[in-house]
Amino acid sequence: MRRVLSAAFVAATLAFSVTLSAQLNFPEIPFDAVDPLTVNLPQDIYLGEAAGVATNSKGEIFVYTRTGTPRVTTAGSRNVSHGGARLFQFDRTGKFVREMGQGAYGFLMAQQVRVDPQDNIWTVDQMANQVVKFDPNGRIQMIFGRKPEAMRAPNLPLNRLADTYALVPHRPAAPAGEGRGGAPPAAAAGGGRGAGPLPGAGPPGENFNRPTDVAWDSQGNIYITDGYGNSRIAKYDRNGKWIKNWGSTGTEDGQFQVVKGIAIDAANNVYVADRDNKRVQVFDTEGNFKTQFRNVGSPWAICINPGARQFLYVSNSNPPNNLDYDGEILKMTLDGRIVGKFGRAGKMLKEFGTVNSIDCRSENELYVGELGNWRVQRVTLKPTAAGTR
Amino acid sequence: MKRCSVACLFFAALILTATTPGVAQTGQRAKAQNVPEIPFESVPNFLQMPPDVYLGESMGVARNSKGNLWVYHRRDDTRLFEFDPNGKFVREWGAGSYGFEFAHKVRVDSEDNVWAVDEGTNMLIKFNPQGKVVMVLGRRPEAVEGIVEQPQGDPPPDERYLFARPTDVGWDPQGNIFVSDGYINHRVVKFDKNGRFIRKVGSNLRGNQPYQFNTPHSIAVDAQGNVYVADRGNARIQVFDNNLVLRAIYDNVGNPWEVCISPGPHQYLFSSNSNPDSNTPATSWDVSGEIYKMELDGRIVGKFGRAGKAVGQFQTVHGIDCRNPDELIISEISAWRVQKIRLRPQSPQTASVR
Repeated sequence: MRRVLSAAFVAATLAFSVTLSAQLNFPEIPFDAVDPLTVNLPQDIYLGEAAGVATNSKGEIFVYTRTGTPRVTTAGSRNVSHGGARLFQFDRTGKFVREMGQGAYGFLMAQQVRVDPQDNIWTVDQMANQVVKFDPNGRIQMIFGRKPEAMRAPNLPLNRLADTYALVPHRPAAPAGEGRGGAPPAAAAGGGRGAGPLPGAGPPGENFNRPTDVAWDSQGNIYITDGYGNSRIAKYDRNGKWIKNWGSTGTEDGQFQVVKGIAIDAANNVYVADRDNKRVQVFDTEGNFKTQFRNVGSPWAICINPGARQFLYVSNSNPPNNLDYDGEILKMTLDGRIVGKFGRAGKMLKEFGTVNSIDCRSENELYVGELGNWRVQRVTLKPTAAGTR
Repeated sequence: MKRCSVACLFFAALILTATTPGVAQTGQRAKAQNVPEIPFESVPNFLQMPPDVYLGESMGVARNSKGNLWVYHRRDDTRLFEFDPNGKFVREWGAGSYGFEFAHKVRVDSEDNVWAVDEGTNMLIKFNPQGKVVMVLGRRPEAVEGIVEQPQGDPPPDERYLFARPTDVGWDPQGNIFVSDGYINHRVVKFDKNGRFIRKVGSNLRGNQPYQFNTPHSIAVDAQGNVYVADRGNARIQVFDNNLVLRAIYDNVGNPWEVCISPGPHQYLFSSNSNPDSNTPATSWDVSGEIYKMELDGRIVGKFGRAGKAVGQFQTVHGIDCRNPDELIISEISAWRVQKIRLRPQSPQTASVR
């Protein structure tokens, strides 16, 4: 560990002294990409924004997608939200197998899907503020957070509502996400109900405010990044009991601006995508800050492959409102050295449209879920001898 | 305003000196007078619907090279239906698609891809001939962002890759994509065939000067790559070359709700001076509702049709397919229907008047 830390220190120091553009001038990793799902979809099944993609140990593919029409209906004095997200399972060739969680109460706005080492499937929903654990057969095993009972519907005159169709949970103002304009949020408003002492610290427990991702350490402890509204990581034991939070809104070590993704390596180092601070922060399992990588652009999605030789994949995704810059995915060593990069923003194969999810069960065969292109690509890296180590 | 350059300030000055146009006024009498009537008939009962299938407001209609046709319409949800060349219902496309919220137009490109333009999600969805989504343009606002209000005053600056209630799409022979955008923005955007931004004309602001728009409502591209924009609120068609340089303005055919250019060696431009929905103002029935057949240079060949609810009359025409210039497929908002129209040959002396 001492060796890793000193290497990380060197990397971090380097990062501060070199501009981002220079840092991104790393070798291109040759690669191929296919869209294995679209041509195989049944006639009545459509993918929308592919917010999450993950594979299990059999190579089966799970996609949690924003699709259908998010709706709000009036229920007396309050408004109730329905629909907008679906979870699909495909076999390893891309053939559609089944849907899971049809009509689930908390499927409103897909944010991420991950598969744990026991092949359970975990969905993260940004609008329902929920994380749901499905067993490999698709039965619900565990739920974190609760969907807000009522959705906010401002008391606007009818003519002001004419062009609207979507409503938000009743919450204090949350920072804007990656919506129209794609501007980074201003300093975040406070946390959810019963906000902690620091802005964005969030309350103990499960009151999420637009959570983003989930990961597990080798003991099975559960880490949930939360998220767009809060700026914290919540840690739970394997039975779902809350242990601790760390993080708040800000730019210091251990603070976040849109904590967007999380991955844990075999040594239980916790890597957190701190998107709008344009860095990956590394912690131990107690939330103690260890180091940061500041040379990664805006990390929208991160992944660490399992096995003896682990790498960190980081997507510097283009914002949804622009294809003219960013969009590449970086392959890094766990101490922050960039091995190479691949891809760019665009709509063709081998181009990426706001990558929101990476599955890296295999070092050189990745699945990439895109918001902008409503698509999952299977990416095959063809590293040269010099490109790997 | 902080994003303004010198050019932008000049542009703003232009707008201030011009009469500030309001929301589109439609249902006006076209300037062109003494236009010959083209005799026509409406084929009765063209679309054959299964007993449990209904059309709603039929915003767009388009045929592919085999004669199959698609209707994009507003029903309980916005739906996209396919019919065979005889008008028999085939199937629904895109049911439950994330991109369908409020239909505006459907077009079929030269490779038989089907493009839906949705003003509710601010998106264009490209289906390949098998019905798979192969490209999307624009992005639906995230539900979690809540109610998307029309801001008071000017809309926010337009962005390259986002639309604000887009209206229509066309392609040049190279496959470049032209999008009219729309009700909130007032611009036309050119993308390459891979969806990458090339240039635009117009902006987020209404205007009535050349190169400005007041609701660019429909778009068509001829075989030379010239772009015809139905500038509805300004009651004119602006014609641009392929680089969006203005070449001509046709202002004598009323408020163009829909334009269509037929293929083949002799191309025609069709433009609909549709009567406004709900028969408002009531006088609009008497002075609008007709469709013009024009040469590409703006000379009027003739006109046909009038406002009315009967078969063979039009109720707010919103979509025209003119793959065959003598046999048009016409979709109407207010009548919830699609008609097949056969134009009869004209006597030669009536053609080509101004």
